[in-house]
Amino acid sequence: MKGTNLGEFEELVLLTVAALVNEAYSVAVCDELSNHTGRSVKLGVVHAVLNRLEEKGLVKSELGEATKARGGKRKRFYQLTTQGKAALINARSMREQLWARIPLLAWEKM
Amino acid sequence: MKEQRPHHPPSWAQRFIAWYCKPGLAEDLMGDLHECFERNVRSTGPRRAKLIYIIDAFKFFRSYTVRRSIFVHLFMNRVMIGSYVKTSGRNIMRNKLFSFINILGLAISMSVGLLLIAFVLDLRSYDRFHKNGERIYRITNILTSNNEQNGKFATTSIRTGRLIREKVTGIEEVAIMRNDFSGDAQVGDNILPIRGFWAEPSLFRIFTFPMLEGNPETALKDPYSVVLTETAARKLFGHQAALGKAIRIDTVVYQVTGIMKDVPFFSHISFEALISLSTAEQLHKADKRFTAWTNMWSSSVYLLPSEDADMAAIRAQLNALAREENLAEENTRIQLELLPLYNIVVGESLRQSEGGPGFTGPHMPPVVLWILGGLAFVVILSACFNYTNLSIARAMRRVKEIGLRKAIGAGKSEVRLQFLAEAVMISLASLLLSFFLFLVLRPLLINMAPEMQRTVKLDLTPAMVVVFIVFSVGVGVIAGFMPAIFFSKVNPIHAFGSASSVKMFKHLTLRRALVVVQYTVTLIFITTTAVGYVQYRHILAFDLGFSTANILNINMLDNTPDVLIRELREMPEVTGVSRSLITTGVGNAWGGVMKYKDSRDSALVMTNHVDENYLPLHDYKLLAGGNFIARPASAEAVSEVIVNEQVLKRFHIGANNPRKAIGEQITLNGRKLTIVGVMQDFHYGKVEHLIGPVAFTFWTPEDRAIISAKIQSANMPATLDRIAAAWKEIDPVHPFTAEFYDEAIEDAYSEFSTMIKIIGFLSFLAISIASMGLFGMVVFTTETRIKEIGIRKVMGASVGNLIYLLSRGFLLLLSVSALIALPATYFFFKTVVLPNFPYHTPVQITELSAGLLLVLLIAFVMIGSQTLKAARSNPVVVLRRE
Repeated sequence: MKGTNLGEFEELVLLTVAALVNEAYSVAVCDELSNHTGRSVKLGVVHAVLNRLEEKGLVKSELGEATKARGGKRKRFYQLTTQGKAALINARSMREQLWARIPLLAWEKM
Repeated sequence: MKEQRPHHPPSWAQRFIAWYCKPGLAEDLMGDLHECFERNVRSTGPRRAKLIYIIDAFKFFRSYTVRRSIFVHLFMNRVMIGSYVKTSGRNIMRNKLFSFINILGLAISMSVGLLLIAFVLDLRSYDRFHKNGERIYRITNILTSNNEQNGKFATTSIRTGRLIREKVTGIEEVAIMRNDFSGDAQVGDNILPIRGFWAEPSLFRIFTFPMLEGNPETALKDPYSVVLTETAARKLFGHQAALGKAIRIDTVVYQVTGIMKDVPFFSHISFEALISLSTAEQLHKADKRFTAWTNMWSSSVYLLPSEDADMAAIRAQLNALAREENLAEENTRIQLELLPLYNIVVGESLRQSEGGPGFTGPHMPPVVLWILGGLAFVVILSACFNYTNLSIARAMRRVKEIGLRKAIGAGKSEVRLQFLAEAVMISLASLLLSFFLFLVLRPLLINMAPEMQRTVKLDLTPAMVVVFIVFSVGVGVIAGFMPAIFFSKVNPIHAFGSASSVKMFKHLTLRRALVVVQYTVTLIFITTTAVGYVQYRHILAFDLGFSTANILNINMLDNTPDVLIRELREMPEVTGVSRSLITTGVGNAWGGVMKYKDSRDSALVMTNHVDENYLPLHDYKLLAGGNFIARPASAEAVSEVIVNEQVLKRFHIGANNPRKAIGEQITLNGRKLTIVGVMQDFHYGKVEHLIGPVAFTFWTPEDRAIISAKIQSANMPATLDRIAAAWKEIDPVHPFTAEFYDEAIEDAYSEFSTMIKIIGFLSFLAISIASMGLFGMVVFTTETRIKEIGIRKVMGASVGNLIYLLSRGFLLLLSVSALIALPATYFFFKTVVLPNFPYHTPVQITELSAGLLLVLLIAFVMIGSQTLKAARSNPVVVLRRE
């Protein structure tokens, strides 16, 4: 299925959503990504990716409580779905399989 | 708790997001942006934060955020466009007359737009071929002498260039160019006049002038080396290799060290040859003024700052440099400014000293482009009004169609789009026609003035075609805007009801207003043309204070005039011959500094060097004294001067009494001269300038010469041929350059005649468009009122009554336009144009009303023919239908 394949950035966003647990909304994801990857991550890109992930069914979202901050606008919190979790595990195991295929000797010579 | 924050994101941007964004996404998206905004306010300040918010608002306009309905609309419209095209096509075919008026009107007006677009694109393509073009600057000199602003000059001193090279940091290259190189190049028996610049090797590093043969690094290094363009080399050497060969230019032998590609047409500097600047240095070794700071008349300096250069720092360094140099000067202050290469052709007008032919190249002040653009826009708008008027006037016939569309689900936006599509279709059809008009008009425009031929080509480029299409779509949108709004408001219930036809006439005021605007513009155009033409004729026929009739001015170039004068004297048709340095009254000027008794009081006076026959030949009126008495053979020996009244007034010589001034001594350019005659004031410069002080001194053989020959001949062409033949004997290389004085004056004011031609052409277009629109309206009105007319006739109305009834409304509109347009034009000339011309003639009622009469006449014919037709129709036939 097309939806289960993750792009590199999609994977990062998904991981961040998982890491932030209950605080994963777009600005927080954006900050977290910027801090950990060292690249400047644009809000627009994160927003688009979150939206795409939701379309693929890898995350689900709901609006939080209204507060006075943010001009009175609510936040949209994202959470991993089981599919999302599966996709992350899948991506990781695929990597590990590929890592395992590199002969140790050859790796050290490189 | 948090304190109150005064800053908010721009509300329109918020509304914009709320408009396009899916309702589900909008809230948290705006919240996110708000959060970022607050963060930015703290980190970068409110202004930047707002800007970022706006940019983000647009960035979030993406496929996943935008409301489905907006896409649905676009998609639906895609589907419906086929239908729109079909109904529009049918509608165009059904009303052939109206479609014809619309398409022709739009085509005519758009052809002007196309010409202007091509013109502007051509001007904008100047100098774009230089690879470093964006970084290149030219030095502009701002001269202040004797505390008087003398303006900005495109030229600067050689010293400026050298100082910049030595002292200013952040500059990659400096190139000095000196502009007065011209001479006759001789190779074997082949002689060719050649024109160019003195230049340095760095020129090739700044500009992109590809070298075909020779080394660009060294070609302009050594003295007496010359780089030829491909064409010049071919002309001189034929098909032989030119590199390394010798050329004699005038008396000096140069070596060809390089052949370069021809200078592209769209380059502000153009030349056939480049001579190494070191040659000029050798030739002027003894002249200390050559590299003086104030010798800023014939060189220009181009700079290429390094890529990461700080322009503000460079400007500061230039200012410091100028300040330091100015310290050594008494009365002169020069400031340096940078002019980007791309702003040379379309940009501020700069001055240049006399004798730099085409040095600054073609130039167009942006304000002229704006004016022309404004005029073209007005004409196009007029054609758009026709479209609007005729569409709305015929609304009744389409209201049912719209009603039906709305009844089966079309919304306002669909109807709007339909009418816009229809207008765009018509304007695209007009584009085809106007493109042919463009092709026809293009040579006319280019050949209108010689400067035009040198400046633009108006060749089609792909970019131009794209702009044309965009332009035509834009015109369509403007034309269709009002009808689209109007039709989108149609209420389907009223559309099918019988009361609708009455309601449709509600928009009468709008249509009337549009007609009034159209005719006002037309009248302004035509009266401006008429008034301008009268003023122009007045300038040409103006009494300059001397006679110019039948005087042929022959420019001797560098030849001595003696031989030609002898030959001219032998011709029976030539009744008089004289010599002078320059031709006055056409804008040429030659100046000198004059002083009287008070050695601290000096003034710039205009001068000319003339021989003893010049004054009688041109009928100069002498108030006192007489012609030159001495016949000095060299400038050193000149001791006499003839001045005009203004000189006496300026220096209070002889208490302004010409008789008492005779014998007084003045100093001109440091030479003591005796006044031997006082002339009546005459126009030395052009008519738009006030008469200033003028002094004539004796012409000596060191001066260049213009021969003025007074010719009395029944067969002018034959006489001219004989003089030309005599010239060929004297100078076989250079063409015979002679012009009748009257023609020279006409040429001197060619910018006026060009302007009048352009406005005249536009007013012709405006008249045709407005007349076509009026015609359409009259046809429509008479058609809709034909039954009323029938009934009136049955009741006993006469043809005259009916014509009055039908045309009354239109004539009223025309008189309103006239009442606005004529005073507007009058005051425009009175307060804006004519104050620039101190010797103008007042605007007369005749030329003001001439245009009005013409427009009225055309309108009468339009209205009269149609109303007469309607009034004459047989009521039996008309009323039987139903």
